[in-house]
Amino acid sequence: MNETARWRAEVFVSLRPGVNDPQGLAVRDGLRRLGYQEVEEVRVGRYVQVWLQAPDVQTAERRIAAMCEQLLANPVVESYRFVIEPAESQ
Amino acid sequence: MPVTPELLREVALTEDEYQRAVELLGREPNLVELGMIGALWSEHCGYKHSRPLLRRLPTSGPQVVQGPGENAGAVDLGDGLVVVLKIESHNHPSAVEPFQGAATGVGGIVRDIFAMGARPIALANSLRFGPLEESRQQYLFHGVVGGIGWYGNCLGIPTVAGDVFFLPEYRQNPLVNALCVGIAERHALIRARASGPGNLVVLVGADTGRDGIHGATFASVEDPERSHRGVVQVGNPFLEKLLLEACLEVLQTGAVVAMQDLGAAGLTSASAEIAARGGTGIELDVAAVPRRETGMTPYEVMLSESQERMLLVVRPEGLERVLEIFRHWELHAVVIGRVTDDGMLRVLDAGNPVAELPVRLLTEACPIYIRQASESDAIRTRRAFDPDTVPDLSVNEAPRALLVLLRSPNIASRRPIYRTYDHTILTNTVLPPGQGDAAVLRVKGHRFGIALKTDCNPRYCLLEPRLGAQHAVAEATRNVTCVGAEPLAITDCLNFGNPERPDVYYQLVQAIEGIAEACTVLGVPVVSGNVSLYNETEGRSIPPTPVIGVVGKLSDVSRHVGLGFAGEGKVFLLGPERATLGASEYLACLHGIVAGSPPDLDLELERRVQAMVREAIHRGIALAAHDCSEGGLLVALAESCIVGTIGGRFRVDELVAANGRLDRALFGEAGSRIIVQVAPGAEGVVLALAHAYGVPAFELGQTGGDRFIVDGIVDCLLDDLVAVWRDGLRRE
Amino acid sequence: MRFGIITFPGSNGDHDALMAVRLGLGQPAELVWHTETDLSNYDCIIIPGGFSYGDYLRAGAIARFAPVMQAVAREAEAGKPILGICNGFQILTEAQLLPGALLRNASLEFVCDWVWVRVEQTHTPWTSQLARGARLRLPIAHGEGRYFVDEKTLGELERAGQIVFRYVDAEGNATPEANPNGSIANIAGVCNGRGNVVGLMPHPERAFDRLIGGDDGLWILASVLAVGLEVVRGRGGN
Repeated sequence: MNETARWRAEVFVSLRPGVNDPQGLAVRDGLRRLGYQEVEEVRVGRYVQVWLQAPDVQTAERRIAAMCEQLLANPVVESYRFVIEPAESQ
Repeated sequence: MPVTPELLREVALTEDEYQRAVELLGREPNLVELGMIGALWSEHCGYKHSRPLLRRLPTSGPQVVQGPGENAGAVDLGDGLVVVLKIESHNHPSAVEPFQGAATGVGGIVRDIFAMGARPIALANSLRFGPLEESRQQYLFHGVVGGIGWYGNCLGIPTVAGDVFFLPEYRQNPLVNALCVGIAERHALIRARASGPGNLVVLVGADTGRDGIHGATFASVEDPERSHRGVVQVGNPFLEKLLLEACLEVLQTGAVVAMQDLGAAGLTSASAEIAARGGTGIELDVAAVPRRETGMTPYEVMLSESQERMLLVVRPEGLERVLEIFRHWELHAVVIGRVTDDGMLRVLDAGNPVAELPVRLLTEACPIYIRQASESDAIRTRRAFDPDTVPDLSVNEAPRALLVLLRSPNIASRRPIYRTYDHTILTNTVLPPGQGDAAVLRVKGHRFGIALKTDCNPRYCLLEPRLGAQHAVAEATRNVTCVGAEPLAITDCLNFGNPERPDVYYQLVQAIEGIAEACTVLGVPVVSGNVSLYNETEGRSIPPTPVIGVVGKLSDVSRHVGLGFAGEGKVFLLGPERATLGASEYLACLHGIVAGSPPDLDLELERRVQAMVREAIHRGIALAAHDCSEGGLLVALAESCIVGTIGGRFRVDELVAANGRLDRALFGEAGSRIIVQVAPGAEGVVLALAHAYGVPAFELGQTGGDRFIVDGIVDCLLDDLVAVWRDGLRRE
Repeated sequence: MRFGIITFPGSNGDHDALMAVRLGLGQPAELVWHTETDLSNYDCIIIPGGFSYGDYLRAGAIARFAPVMQAVAREAEAGKPILGICNGFQILTEAQLLPGALLRNASLEFVCDWVWVRVEQTHTPWTSQLARGARLRLPIAHGEGRYFVDEKTLGELERAGQIVFRYVDAEGNATPEANPNGSIANIAGVCNGRGNVVGLMPHPERAFDRLIGGDDGLWILASVLAVGLEVVRGRGGN
């Protein structure tokens, strides 16, 4: 049996640069209306945490990347990045 | 400028087309001009393959106020009002990103309607997917339905009707056709014709980004997924709502000469089209176009397909009022050019010329292709299949066959879809989705109402495109008739594969011919439409899918009926007694066979059946009416019982005898068939009416109780049927 | 009685509310743009449904900062009848003029349907002409309608009589099946402590005519007319 460890991945999904972000535009305008004139641009994304088992960090990274490609992000319009760190075992 | 094959491929022009452009222009076009020509000479904008064929369609009639050629068609309703209608495909974008692809499809069709000066009052959609059992198809299905709902719900336009069909041939190429209907005062209709040299060209709405550059050409080339990932546009229904209200308000000023939606090929197409229709020219300065991104080239600005934008031609003296209204709605609106009288589309960048093309070169000079048409042998072989070679159904198996059909995704309840669409907003929905064969809407302050439906059985079209297209027209109008409305006009969306292939071109020619024949006999003109070709992947094309959208008028909206049996009464079948198993849902579901010849269609009989049913509804002697189509007679009876929440006892022995086979009698399909429930005491009147119209009529039985009984064949609780029918679209 | 109906950018139920008041009640009503700062001309206020500012970020989150919302808060404080419908309810909770929050439906899907609601309180101006326990059939159309408060607040709302409507079945029972969005305790509508501000997810303004499926919504809209009578009596000094 393989030794596995518990990892926590923080995944940040955002619209690719250049892709229209209506939500970001609405929030930007909302902030400006509240007086935050310094706001130049807002882009709204998604934050996902995933806890998983993997023998090593490389495997965990590979699996998370696959999850991003397949489900967490739509590679057609979204890009993603993630951070993986060891998690406390349950 | 060196013109390489790669460059020509990029702008989707052939070598011959390029030479034609050079000849017409008398010089080589520059890069911007080449991109503009490529976009407008694409199939999507230029209708290269379909234009000569579309001339076959009947487009006139006393009710027609605006036929094809504008943003949408318009038909007279009386009381000084017109109904404006248009259907459009968004197939390729939806295949790549189903949610946003479908959503922006809704956004585009809504803009077409309010560009006419009409207030959009209802949406419908026609969808096609591969088998719902497959997870990829579920992803597409949920994405598309989600996107349609999100955009329409947010805009506040009810989605009230549509149709959906699942067939393996749509696996790689789902179809998303969106239809919008609006109401306008006849005298206030506005056309997209740039007139009056010196008038100003105003761009309003979203800032322009690098969205969907060459989307029009992308929609015209096979296999979008591989070649064009990353050009997906994100819709903004919130912005569209502001644009809608603001545009309708600026029209009140009288300062607006023309309005044109920016869709495929963006500014290039919009400006060329309004100039062409107006017989004028337009000069634009791309430096004035508000950008969402930095560093955009004139080429990109001219071809961007950023959503939620509108082009207006405004009289200079009214400009300030127009801009003031747009400011009120918190929209960016800027003057980007002016109308000229020289017939040229001239593009400047901060005053420096970057493109100068004759408008006619972009529009009328678009090449037209007439291709080789020949039917594929494979289809001919499939059509020759004799369904009598499958063993007949035994009486014992009939109840199970009924359950299988009721559970089929092509028949089962559409509630899981329409429950996610806001269909009550605007407070006009008289007959909501699921309650009638078509949706019924009132028009506040008027006695009349309108009905709306889309249809197309792709199995029929696959096996015999001409007959299938006739059926699509017949079924869509029949559905509108079944709620008591007179079909007024058609908007069609012709979805086909690659027309350069003889078998596909054959399908296109035949289907258009079939639509034309059916429209002529049924007296319903085609007033708008859209053509979507190249729906194929790796050489596998979709079945021919000429989706027919019909708008009908009820002279008195309170005189409508639903499809559900309303209390107790006798039930009759109107129309031919003989059905066929060829191309039927039964053959597909129970035997796994998609073959045989689709049912014959007697268009004269169709016309009479519909006229008779409308009269029966109008006189108040029909309490319910339901088109008897996919799944045949037993399925139609079951649906009317389920929706009416009342059982019934029926007998079909005469029909079984006439059909010679049990399966054909119970589940065979035929055109021109409607089941009606007759008001107690009016049975004689209905039979006399049938006789007068020359319509065959058969008494089927009586509604009542909580059981569904067909003497000697089925006897079960209605709830047992409900349970399978209700969840046929659910796959969790 | 003059109804003021507030329009935010992205409101889409404003016109329905206008029609319901004008055609259904025969009362004068006007649309009020979100930049308005004075609502003193109106005898009651409706914040209609829609997707104000696209509902981006959270439903109602951006709209609550619109200039008109300060005026709404003032009128609420003054005791004027205020009704928030659907997105209007969401805005009122974001503005903390009503308790609780509206979360994404338990099904995660937008849901459009006709539902039954039961009237739980009749001390509000919007339910004053209804009997306690009366059932109304109303349309719903929302994606974020799952009412949520913590258990402690729920108890307080119950005790203070702030739960105004509950989703029920046709027999009037608040069953889980009758709950279309997973709202806590089947709550469809609540009021503020004083009772003059009411919010609900169902759409009374879409149920003002039997031709379009029902007219039960008129009970809610018409109830407020009794307040109008009081106002007139007060003005007349009779």
